[in-house]
Amino acid sequence: MRIGLILQEMWAGIRSNITMVVSIILVAFVSLTFVGVTMLLQAQVGLMNSYWAKNAQVAIYLCTDYSPETACPTGIATDGEKAAVKAQLDSAAVSPYVESYAFEDQAQAYEKFVAEFGATGTAQYITADQLNEAFWVNLKDPNQSDLLVESFSGLGGVEEVRDQRSYLDGIFAFLNAASLMGAGVAAVMLLSATLLISTTIRLSAISRSREIGIMRLVGASRFSIQLPFILEGVVAAAIGGLLSVGATLAIVKYFVADFLATSLAFTSFVGIDDALRIAPYLIGIGIGLAVLSSAISIRRYLKA
Amino acid sequence: MIRLENVSKTYKGGTSPALNNVSLDIQRGDFVFLVGSSGSGKSSMLRIMMREEKVDSGLALVLGENLTRISSSRVAQLRRKLGVVFQDFRLLPNKTVFQNVAFALQVIGRSKAFIETAVPDVLRLVGLEEKSSRYPRELSGGEQQRVAIARALVNRPDVLLADEPTGNLDPATSVEIMNLLDRINLSGTTVVMATHDRSIVDRMQKRVVEVKNGEIVRDAQTAGYKEIPSAEITTITTTTWAISESVEDQE
Ligand SMILES: Nc1ncnc2c1ncn2[C@@H]1O[C@H](COP(=O)(O)OP(=O)(O)OP(=O)(O)O)[C@@H](O)[C@H]1O
Ligand SMILES: [Mg+2]
Repeated sequence: MRIGLILQEMWAGIRSNITMVVSIILVAFVSLTFVGVTMLLQAQVGLMNSYWAKNAQVAIYLCTDYSPETACPTGIATDGEKAAVKAQLDSAAVSPYVESYAFEDQAQAYEKFVAEFGATGTAQYITADQLNEAFWVNLKDPNQSDLLVESFSGLGGVEEVRDQRSYLDGIFAFLNAASLMGAGVAAVMLLSATLLISTTIRLSAISRSREIGIMRLVGASRFSIQLPFILEGVVAAAIGGLLSVGATLAIVKYFVADFLATSLAFTSFVGIDDALRIAPYLIGIGIGLAVLSSAISIRRYLKA
Repeated sequence: MIRLENVSKTYKGGTSPALNNVSLDIQRGDFVFLVGSSGSGKSSMLRIMMREEKVDSGLALVLGENLTRISSSRVAQLRRKLGVVFQDFRLLPNKTVFQNVAFALQVIGRSKAFIETAVPDVLRLVGLEEKSSRYPRELSGGEQQRVAIARALVNRPDVLLADEPTGNLDPATSVEIMNLLDRINLSGTTVVMATHDRSIVDRMQKRVVEVKNGEIVRDAQTAGYKEIPSAEITTITTTTWAISESVEDQE
């Protein structure tokens, strides 16, 4: 059978079934958007993991005059205590795990603070002597921060040892929970899209049973009889897939790039390129499901 | 051409067999009537020949194909060499006469050029070339059946299977259709036709296979429905020819 005729038959099917086809498009659109968002969340988790694996440091904060008594009973860290911390970092027990470290005095800490929060904001009420001096340590393996916490926490003049990544635990937990939820919703929605497609294809076949009967009797091949119906589901799902690509691009552009990335500067975010990278998967999943469900349902109908 | 050997068939849920040990041999160029009362198994035989149904046991050979074991793609190929016609015409209401006939060729991938010549040819054969752009609802029953016959013939099948093609038509129109089928048969196409209409069978003087409760009870070459005096046959045939000619004159 010629392609033109197959497309014509497919179009006739879509027209006679337009409300069902529209509902396939919508359900495919919503479900694939959930798939897309879930994939973006996972991409974001991966991005943050690798960003912080490279950039995360462990800070050994030294006592200031303003440090709480419990952590710093002797007040501000003395030069001797600083030297002891430095000696510990250089010691045979610790140095094999340390990639590099740098000392940051109160003036440098103040500069960094101003750079991060601006000179007009909180920085007006903060003076350099309120900020901690610190050793910033880059570990060879960022997962071994416990080791530093253990060996430095008790040391004199040390207020706190903190892995920067601990600030992110909550964010990771949130992102993973959101991914899980997105995946769950996506799975349910995809299932309903599949059921909707097979019902629609069956209705379409019933409404054209006379054509199908004639095609069978005059010896049209099984493939050419089934193809218009399969294409009908595929076209609807592909349109839904395209819409979901548009939706994920819009989410990345207007929510992530224009809003999150400008207001939260602590990490890099997924971008348009990530959204474009998942686009083929969204369309592919949509088309794959449509082929599968419509092929199964039309085959079952034609056998009966 | 068509051979059934000890074919039996019981439908799902059926208590008694629709066909019971049926054997039948049909040669190229034959014109065969299948007769018998309602439910006797005529349609079942035809459906087995066009492989709409499978036999439970026995052998069904059509155009050299063994229908008991044939792949679905071979079934499609076989049906391209079989024309089929039914009592209810089965035309597509949203297509014109031309499009209805052309559809049968389009769906098996025939070229546009072939369609452009074959469809007008076959419409001329059934006498509908003037009405090729009419829709089925604008045609009489007899005309619709001629469209259906044109569609069955357009791919030049070796065999035409007709299940009560005159069942919905009045006697005069039935005669028209029978004359058409006779002409088709004379041009070399094997015709197998199931019918209730004993006047048609009596008039045509062709081979008659009578089915009763799924069994063949009579297979008579060139005989009427029942044994009737030959004098009567002659009168009937002459009158029918007269009717058919007057019908054709009106067009
Ligand atoms: N699809 C089916 N499912 C179950 N039983 C069927 C089916 N088709 C036919 N039968 C049964 O098989 C028997 C033969 O039916 P068939 O249609 O072959 O008879 P027929 O001679 O064509 O009758 P008619 O002259 O009324 O068309 C009948 O008893 C019928 O009830
Ligand atoms: Mg019947």
